[in-house]
Amino acid sequence: MSTVTRVDPAGPAGSTRSLSQRRPLGDRSFQILALACGLLVLVILVLIAVTTSQQASSWFSAEGFKIFTNNWSPGANQFGALAFIYGTAITAVIAIIMSVPVSVGIALLLTEVVPHRWARPIVYVVDLLAVVPSVVWGLWGILVFAPWLQKIYTDIAGGVNGVPVLGPLFGQPVSGASFFTAGIILAFMITPIVTSLSREVIATVPAIDKEGAYALGATRWEMIRGAVWPHSQGGVVGAVLLGLGRAMGETIAVALVIGSSPEITSHLFAPGYNLPAGIANLFGEASGEFRAALMGMGVLLFVLTIIINVVARGIVERNARRKRGA
Amino acid sequence: MHLRRRRQVTTAGLAVCAVALAACSSSSSSSSSSSTSAGTTSAPAAASSSANLSGTLNGSGSTFQTVFQQSAIAAFRSVDSGITVNYGAGGSGKGRTDLASDVVNFAGSDSPIPAADVPLFKGKTVLYFPVIIGPITMAYNLSGVSNLKLNPTVIANIFQGKITKWNDPAIASLNSGVSLPSTPITIAVRSDSSGTTQNFTLFLKDAVPSVWTLGSSSTVKWPSTARAGMGNPGVAQIVKSTSGAIGYVDYATAKASGLSFASVQNSSGAYVAPSPASASAAADGATVAANLTFAAAWASGASAYPITYQSWDLVYAQQASASDAALLKAYLGYLLGPGQQLLGNLGYAPLPSSLDQKAVAQLSQITG
Repeated sequence: MSTVTRVDPAGPAGSTRSLSQRRPLGDRSFQILALACGLLVLVILVLIAVTTSQQASSWFSAEGFKIFTNNWSPGANQFGALAFIYGTAITAVIAIIMSVPVSVGIALLLTEVVPHRWARPIVYVVDLLAVVPSVVWGLWGILVFAPWLQKIYTDIAGGVNGVPVLGPLFGQPVSGASFFTAGIILAFMITPIVTSLSREVIATVPAIDKEGAYALGATRWEMIRGAVWPHSQGGVVGAVLLGLGRAMGETIAVALVIGSSPEITSHLFAPGYNLPAGIANLFGEASGEFRAALMGMGVLLFVLTIIINVVARGIVERNARRKRGA
Repeated sequence: MHLRRRRQVTTAGLAVCAVALAACSSSSSSSSSSSTSAGTTSAPAAASSSANLSGTLNGSGSTFQTVFQQSAIAAFRSVDSGITVNYGAGGSGKGRTDLASDVVNFAGSDSPIPAADVPLFKGKTVLYFPVIIGPITMAYNLSGVSNLKLNPTVIANIFQGKITKWNDPAIASLNSGVSLPSTPITIAVRSDSSGTTQNFTLFLKDAVPSVWTLGSSSTVKWPSTARAGMGNPGVAQIVKSTSGAIGYVDYATAKASGLSFASVQNSSGAYVAPSPASASAAADGATVAANLTFAAAWASGASAYPITYQSWDLVYAQQASASDAALLKAYLGYLLGPGQQLLGNLGYAPLPSSLDQKAVAQLSQITG
């Protein structure tokens, strides 16, 4: 990815001049078309931000900082969204904790362990995970995976009952649908993106560093720890943040498996809610301030994911630049 | 190399444009062709007033009305083929917003416009046409118990997590002679916001205001032990698959899923089973306001089923054109007339005739 951005501006820009002498009209109109496409995206983003904020304004003005309280009661016209924010954070963190070791493991397998020609089919299979539509994950999650998990949850809850820390975390499940189930489904969904970004970052580690490590008598693991990891650390963190952004915004799969209960609890097997699932589930019959609250939750989510994405891109790019410079 | 890639990109871009243009032109041509064909087709001599009508009506809103609207639209086509009706089920809230922002001709809504939303309609008169009545069942899964009786207090306590076992004395005292198991109660609720939830909680709020503390709205903060399902089928699925479960499910879905449902005590003290007849009786016993809004939940009448809800089609009294007004009159007239006969087979209930007549009379208030 980083190589593409590097080549692109230099390549076509160089040939533009020679081409425009021959076909000025076609080239110029193409330039305008391309520019329009680029601007269109920006305009759409700004429009979304402006209109949703506008529609949400009555929520922000009516509740002020109370939007960050856990007081969600549409019947009483109280819309504190903390439980939704909490659920968004918890499910995303569960997803990251489960997905990152696996993703980085696959990335290392692909770059450092298996021969090049075997890497391709593995990449293909991992990318297939990204092709599965979100609603399919959700349906599989609620119809197949959650009922199966419920038995495991019940066993775990029985096992850790009364144990400090673990007891309050893993209590008796209400059903298979819970924060934890949503986290697992999200972990499946973000694994491809975290894997492919980590792989790209790890692939930029100079061969000379790795050979140097081997020359000093390092084992493969020591080489990875000593040469690969320090080089790609920043980029992998960026990849993880991008995965986090995706996990926070995922809607329909989560809406189906999270259990739909706006609760703040330490209890990971309990049903919960997150921002996107709340918006999707509750929008149909919402009106007045309820509707404004859901719009506002959308704005919160929008801002959060933009911040996370910008930070992540920044880290990935800075890391890539530094590595190229080195 | 660069040049070739560039050309490919340009051709691809042109192809995209061409496809987009084709799509535009085809959609415009199809819509124009449909309007011309509508103009030339003579409608069967069903209603002489609507014989020469052609055009499109768009509606959106209540998911409760979806099945009825779809069947009615299909049947209406054979009566008046010139009129195309589209109904999008996005929820009552969406329907009302769509009507307020003038993107639809009518909105389906399971509740009157809430006070907070009235300003959206900018002072224009909105007419309410009740079109459908339906019972909400207390569907349960208890093997061996086929004739459960519940009263509002018990239902409120079950759904607030205060009664947790089926053999609780409060349930047992209503069901003498029935051997109730000690199975824990699993409550099944809606994960999405819904008119079903709104009207179910309205029933509890009206019937037992001192017991029910969760209020009435399209989504409620249920006890954390509740299991949530998407839509009526989602709740039915939980009830069906969980021993000891009880949920509120609309009658059509409960019937289709083969669930057992309880008889519920109404305001006259009688235990009534949900059915189209007992739901119509509830609508008959409801106090109807001048603008035809009412709540069939907890209505009076010895044979009324107490958890009954209703849905309206909302239209502006003042239409943009005479033809829009005529189209709406034709379609709503159909829903209130022959369309009512479709309801029984679909698992809903027709309007009681007194209410139906009032609604038909109100059609004349739609002006172009």
